[in-house]
Amino acid sequence: MPAHPNAADAGADNGRGLRFAEANNPSSKLLRLPESEPLRLACDQLLAPISIAYETYGELNADKSNAILICHALTLDQYVASTNPVTKKPGWWSTLVGSGKPIDTDRFFVICPNILGGCMGSTGPASIDPATGKPYGLGFPMITIGDMVNAQVRLIDHLGIDQLFSVIGGSMGGMQVLEWAASHSQRVFSAVPIATAAWHSSQNIAFHEVGRQAVMADPDWCGGDYHAFGKVPRNGLAVARMAAHITYLSEEALHRKFGRNLQERSKVTFSFSADFQVESYLRHQGSTFVDRFDPNSYLYITRAMDYFDLAAEHDDVLANAFRGTKTRFCVVSFTSDWLYPTRESREIVHALNAVAANVSFVEIESNNGHDAFLLEEPEFSATVRGFLSAAGKRRGLAG
Amino acid sequence: MQKPLVPGEHRVDHLLIAELVEPGSRVLDVGCGDGALLQLLTETKSTDGRGMELSRERVNACVMRGLSVIQGDADRDLADYPDQAFDYAILSLTIQATRYPKTVLENLLRIGRRAIVSFPNFGHWRVRFDLLFNGRMPRTENLPETWYASPNAHLCTIKDFADLVAQMNAEVEEAVAFNTSGQRLPIRHSISLQNLFGEKAVFLLRGRRGQ
Repeated sequence: MPAHPNAADAGADNGRGLRFAEANNPSSKLLRLPESEPLRLACDQLLAPISIAYETYGELNADKSNAILICHALTLDQYVASTNPVTKKPGWWSTLVGSGKPIDTDRFFVICPNILGGCMGSTGPASIDPATGKPYGLGFPMITIGDMVNAQVRLIDHLGIDQLFSVIGGSMGGMQVLEWAASHSQRVFSAVPIATAAWHSSQNIAFHEVGRQAVMADPDWCGGDYHAFGKVPRNGLAVARMAAHITYLSEEALHRKFGRNLQERSKVTFSFSADFQVESYLRHQGSTFVDRFDPNSYLYITRAMDYFDLAAEHDDVLANAFRGTKTRFCVVSFTSDWLYPTRESREIVHALNAVAANVSFVEIESNNGHDAFLLEEPEFSATVRGFLSAAGKRRGLAG
Repeated sequence: MQKPLVPGEHRVDHLLIAELVEPGSRVLDVGCGDGALLQLLTETKSTDGRGMELSRERVNACVMRGLSVIQGDADRDLADYPDQAFDYAILSLTIQATRYPKTVLENLLRIGRRAIVSFPNFGHWRVRFDLLFNGRMPRTENLPETWYASPNAHLCTIKDFADLVAQMNAEVEEAVAFNTSGQRLPIRHSISLQNLFGEKAVFLLRGRRGQ
């Protein structure tokens, strides 16, 4: 294992080298903050130096009033509307972000950073710790959603933007949106938290724990030090992804896609091979995920989500998080999302009403489960477009 | 920036409400439907408007139009709002469909410095005529559904509503009834005549605490 990333590693060992290279020298834009500008984390440690990998789309206008920050979900990245250098797949929100799309890059300056703790170029457990010359691994400090947002604040400062026109994100991205709105409300003109919650539920913590235990039970995890042994806990991370992936779908979506259909065979084989299409699908999801994601990153980020509880940070009254806010909110949920059910979005709406905030709330009819926010959902797209264009008028942005 | 009020394009009760509302005020429209009133108020009075609507489809249509609307139930969700959060809390042709009209009205008077309530008048002569001579539940333009399909649970007359307002110790600042052609009934009409010829009514109310 080379101590420093090197382009020559790319392609070797299921893209492990490429992944490692992207974690330390990303293809995207990169803000490197000096050692002298550490980030004080929620766990009270100082983290430095910090890198924030990010992509931008469109042009920042003269008075810097048209910037939209997109916060990504657990395993996504900064490549919201451009090709991912590891998977070579198109941007993960190409349905929503682009020229003429609801988040219109002809009108808005779109910024999407990789989160702190991620593995696509922002500082995380796969980054080289300058103190040791080796990846941080479990030496990386525990981080929170608030820490991720504080790192993004540095990026927005660096770009010279006082107030973001909008902060938009789904799932864990939605948690960051809420954190931005609660902790930096002056800097957020509008906020769109999608398919998310103000605290991580017990059930969601439980699913995350299953995933983490799967990773840590894999002997190739090597107590978190797999980089040093040239290994990857592939099986553990794949199982974690398989379990998580089920939670992103709905029973109806699974039934519609696969039913009890068999995989390239006419009858069951009386074995543990992937007889059913759904098994084959999940195995594929697991193995492709391992090719693009750092296992330790997965542990750290799921933990950050578990710790998220916006009410607890405000004397157990969620409304206190938003008191006095001038931000315009658009809360979105999906009918078949059982990971972040509408009930949890409604709690956010109740809290916002309690402080008479300007809030819109829509529940989109969809049978795609939690994943709906990443898929082509015309009513969802139209909602985002309508909300942003009305907010744009209020902000004085040209139509 | 502000558009003039144009009769004919809008519902008569909406036009009256738009006249009552002060420019630039904060407005909550409970049961905002497709958002027509909110849109009218935004365009003609530059209000800071919010809406609440029970039907998910209508809420989504409102948000797509750029209105700040949430899916919610007047019976359940008004309790969330703080006191005096709005200049006006409006309930337009909705109170008869609520489960607890008195509680809803109390909440409106609490949330808004003023409340504006419009409702179909069950004391209108056609309604009385239908019931008296046909012996059937009346069906009119304002009350088009059959008794079993109607969302209306608590129909009232202008007199009934005025009684409730008095009982709640709220002040009527303005009360206007419209006849079937949408004309305002002359102010000199007694409440009995308004109650007979008014097809719907609009009340502008102020809670005592708002003084």
